[in-house]
Amino acid sequence: MSLRTQVVALHTLVRKEYTRVFRIWVQTLVPPAVTTALYFLIFGNVIGRRIGPMDGFDYAQFIAPGLIMMQVITNAYGNVVSSFFSAKMQRHLEELLVAPMATWTIVLGYTVGGVLRGLGVATAVTAVALVFTRLHITHVLVTFSVIVLTAFVFSLGGLINAILATNFDDVSIVPAFVLTPLSYLGGVFYSIDLLPEFARRLSLANPILYMVNAFRYGMLGVSDVGIGTAYAIILGFAAVLFATCMLLIHRGTGIRT
Amino acid sequence: MLALQVRDLVKTYPNGVQALRGLDLDVPQGEFFALLGPNGAGKTTLIGIITSLVNKTAGEVRVFGHDLGREAAAARACVGVVPQEININYWDSVQNIVTTQAGFYGMTPRRARSRAETCLRRLQLWDRRRDSGRSLSGGMKRRLMIARALVHEPRLLILDEPTAGVDIEIRRSMWDLLRELNEAGTTIILTTHYLEEAECLCRHVAIIDHGRIVERDAMARVLRKLHAETFVLNLREVVTAAPALPGYDVRHLDDHQLEVEVTKDQDLNGVFAALSAAGLHVISMRNKANRLEELFMRLTAREGATRAVEEA
Ligand SMILES: Nc1ncnc2c1ncn2[C@@H]1O[C@H](COP(=O)(O)OP(=O)(O)OP(=O)(O)O)[C@@H](O)[C@H]1O
Ligand SMILES: [Mg+2]
Repeated sequence: MSLRTQVVALHTLVRKEYTRVFRIWVQTLVPPAVTTALYFLIFGNVIGRRIGPMDGFDYAQFIAPGLIMMQVITNAYGNVVSSFFSAKMQRHLEELLVAPMATWTIVLGYTVGGVLRGLGVATAVTAVALVFTRLHITHVLVTFSVIVLTAFVFSLGGLINAILATNFDDVSIVPAFVLTPLSYLGGVFYSIDLLPEFARRLSLANPILYMVNAFRYGMLGVSDVGIGTAYAIILGFAAVLFATCMLLIHRGTGIRT
Repeated sequence: MLALQVRDLVKTYPNGVQALRGLDLDVPQGEFFALLGPNGAGKTTLIGIITSLVNKTAGEVRVFGHDLGREAAAARACVGVVPQEININYWDSVQNIVTTQAGFYGMTPRRARSRAETCLRRLQLWDRRRDSGRSLSGGMKRRLMIARALVHEPRLLILDEPTAGVDIEIRRSMWDLLRELNEAGTTIILTTHYLEEAECLCRHVAIIDHGRIVERDAMARVLRKLHAETFVLNLREVVTAAPALPGYDVRHLDDHQLEVEVTKDQDLNGVFAALSAAGLHVISMRNKANRLEELFMRLTAREGATRAVEEA
């Protein structure tokens, strides 16, 4: 089919996805804002005063980029998982499968939906952060590209999870046992330079560390890791996960009997 | 031109069930085609493969000459499908469901909206356009799936039991719609368990059983193959036993009813003449079963019987 057909189909799918996100905003955008407000209240204001500055910043200021990133990761992932998995369970995913949509159109359609949810959440969470601390953006391009790429990576992850899932337990395991621990240990609340050498090295194997630090570099101008390395790792994950999604959908794994 | 060409199609599900065992089927363009078969025969599996919902194990499928493997998109663009199981988004509105499907087929939003309106009006759902899929009745959901299947004006329309659970009035109007579409050039393949529906709508028929085609011909010719028909006669007089009609197999049903089997080389005049001679008057008469139904039962039963012998 022509590229034009694919673009129209992609637009249709993306619009369907973001309409869903913004129609049920009380479920999609408000919870991250509430959670983040609580983090700022407890860690930023109550405990943060005792902690003092980190990397030369107010503790509230230091954790702000990581908190934003954490919500972007959870929500981008969750958006694609729940949207794709429920389409699969309710069988209306068949509407896409019978249509002349290319594999990349389906992959992009769902992941762009996840990225838009990520950006919506980032905006809401940033607004909350501004209530508690001052924020400015040091490197605009880095900030924006890191958040979009990270949301993309986790949207792809969510898609793979939804494709392979056969029941509701399968969609809650990864967020609970992989995403949350990796995010908490990904340098959101501390600089890894504070860790003992062994723990510091171990942390370097955590991909989320690079995303959080690259984003912190974009906002505050400081990072525990090299920015080039961070980009290479993020882009590498994006490429591998995208290829995996393409392969799975092309084969029909989990979606065609 | 063939709307559909299926060659040696095999489907073995991961659990080992062989749903299709080397199925061949040609459906010429413009045909109104009935695909019949008992539960589990493989009809839905075949339709699933044609519409890209099921991966085939082996064989070849072409839709208007487009190979399903190599030119999947071109093949899919030609087909509209009404599945057996409801597969609509329960949380989306009726209008959105149809418009979105149009978009997936590459129609610009403006055109998608106007086509969706046309289709929803045709299926008498326009008044319900703002309601969610969940709030529709069973028959309405089925009509919604028909509207959705028609939105991109497919050249081949496949309906998997579209009239299951639909009331008589709506069923008649669906028949009219299908006939109109067919007259306008759409090739239609229909599965149904209401055989009188197939007999009255379709010009060609294929009967599938255990994953293979066991009969495929023009409806009229298939019906002619039926070598005997059974009639139920209502008599004015009271009969206490089956009267002897030379050459005919007669059974006594009750005081006023007889059942007569008439083979292809006999005729009803003979039955009437013999009854008149016996002083019996026939008030009314009906076929015991729909003719296609009778053939269907004989064919699928015979298949079952021969296989039972083979397996034994
Ligand atoms: N997803 C599946 N996994 C395993 N076996 C399946 C699956 N779908 C169908 N089958 C089996 O394949 C065979 C054919 O099923 P199919 O649904 O094609 O029959 P059908 O002719 O449509 O029957 P019906 O008239 O009941 O709709 C059956 O034995 C069925 O149990
Ligand atoms: Mg079926």
